[in-house]
Amino acid sequence: MVRLWFKKRPFSKVKDSKQRVPRGLWVKCENCKEMVYKEEVERNLKVCPKCNYHFRISAKERIELLVDKGSFKERDASISPKDPLKFKDSKRYMDRLKEAQRKTGMKDAVICGTASIGGYPVELVVFEFGFLGGSMGSVVGEKVTRAVERACESGTPLIIVSSSGGARMQESILSLVQMGKTCAALARLSEAKVPYISVLTDPTTGGVSASFALLGDVVISEPKALIGFAGPRVIEQTIRQQLPQGFQRAEFLMEHGFVDMVVDRKVLRETLRRLLSLFENGRRAWAL
Amino acid sequence: MSAYLSFEKHIRELENKISELKTIGQGSQVDLEEDVRKLQKKLKRLLRDTYANLSPWQRVQVARHPMRPYTLDYIREMTTDFVELRGDRRFADDKAIIAGMARFEGMTVAIIGHQKGRTTKENIERNFGMPHPEGYRKALRIMKLAEKFGFPVLTFVDTPGAFPGIGAEERGQAEAIGHNLYEMSILKVPIVVSITGEGGSGGALGISIGDRLLMQENAVYAVISPEGCASILWRDTEKAPVAAEAMRLTAQHLFELGVIDEIVKEPLGGAHRDPKRAASILRRAIRRHLSELMKKDPDQLIEERHKKWRAMGVFGE
Repeated sequence: MVRLWFKKRPFSKVKDSKQRVPRGLWVKCENCKEMVYKEEVERNLKVCPKCNYHFRISAKERIELLVDKGSFKERDASISPKDPLKFKDSKRYMDRLKEAQRKTGMKDAVICGTASIGGYPVELVVFEFGFLGGSMGSVVGEKVTRAVERACESGTPLIIVSSSGGARMQESILSLVQMGKTCAALARLSEAKVPYISVLTDPTTGGVSASFALLGDVVISEPKALIGFAGPRVIEQTIRQQLPQGFQRAEFLMEHGFVDMVVDRKVLRETLRRLLSLFENGRRAWAL
Repeated sequence: MSAYLSFEKHIRELENKISELKTIGQGSQVDLEEDVRKLQKKLKRLLRDTYANLSPWQRVQVARHPMRPYTLDYIREMTTDFVELRGDRRFADDKAIIAGMARFEGMTVAIIGHQKGRTTKENIERNFGMPHPEGYRKALRIMKLAEKFGFPVLTFVDTPGAFPGIGAEERGQAEAIGHNLYEMSILKVPIVVSITGEGGSGGALGISIGDRLLMQENAVYAVISPEGCASILWRDTEKAPVAAEAMRLTAQHLFELGVIDEIVKEPLGGAHRDPKRAASILRRAIRRHLSELMKKDPDQLIEERHKKWRAMGVFGE
């Protein structure tokens, strides 16, 4: 392996002088700290082949991973953020938005649309953690709400894949009330008896976990994903105590009864397909 | 008045002077009444000027004033026959949230509110008004009770936030709050929310979904505490006053942003200077909104509540 890395080095350098070779070929696993061959990680759906750590993936990669090829049709792509508070810390909120938009090619932190999974139609919402930490402001709240409403109208099951630090500080109260807005929409979805599957990925905390993310009819999590209300740092500072190992990880949540199952990325799609088929089958039986 | 805030230096001096003069006047032949009256007039003007121009950070301090009326004070002033109901029937009773039934303006109502303590001992017992999941689950239990028997729900919001601790996480703080948002959005009885002190993030929101949101003029409400915001975005908690400014957390701002329905006046110099009067002003506002809501049938009520929350947020398209 090491020899291969040295051999390849000059070639990569020619291709892209800016990119440092080691970074291009090898990545350090954030969990086991081992250097792993990047191509192998990619082939393994961005899961560390050594320790099964699930690297964060982009919303676009997530969609590709989950849905039937070519079935995704994006909705509400034109909804864009504003800066009603004229918020400025060390940077203007508007500048932060522009930077995030440039980096991700997205207008805000979720992609929504319709797709099929194993032939079953779904309304899909996927968070992009790379966009201001997947934080929920007015745009995310509105897009999630619209997706829930579409699911409600069409009777299509809803899947939300969360990856978010919580409510977006730069929209303050307007972010906070999105929690109420999305949950109000979910209440109607539930009354309409349309299934909602919530998929939690690393991390799902704050205003997203404390609103729709833990309210799924079925709640699934990827292994070791950080899930909680408060962030671990805040808790440590508050109680001045070291947190137990595995605290607020997916497996911990499952043990305490808040997550139905912890599912490896490579079987996530199949798990969703199976659930969708069971719901669909059940609904048909009931309709008779 | 024991605790003066940092910006109340002149007020303190003047009040001290007045009480000094009063003491002197009592023991001597000299008539100081005229002087006292003059100073009291001056004090009134000073209070009015100071409180008319509070900065957001100063309002945060007023909202956190240790003598500010809390839920139990409002219950005592506004209602009769209060019966406290305890426990979530799942795990424990959380004393950071008070819940129960009482008579308000002749009606039986359910009351739910955060409760801070006044003494250290009481604050430890009430966890400084920071609820655990049991608090939110108790609140929901009482709301469901209200729904079953058709009483309206009044909530009083005053918390630094939901408690960030190990037990709280183990027992599902996030789920407890999320579940309340969901259930409150479809509760079949009127809900009038009064933000009376600190509206601390999700911990406040967890009992704040309602048909009407009233907010006292010195209360604040934001996505995170100014200190928390400053520590994350400025990497310096000392910048809390700047963060308070940036977050637009005052009643006036929230009214302009379309989040609250009414700003409720406070007595001159803040609710803590005259809790009885603060309660009476708030009581009248709640009564007015409640009597409007009581005329609506449950379907209309829920439909309008849904529309109200559906419309929140600012974005472009």
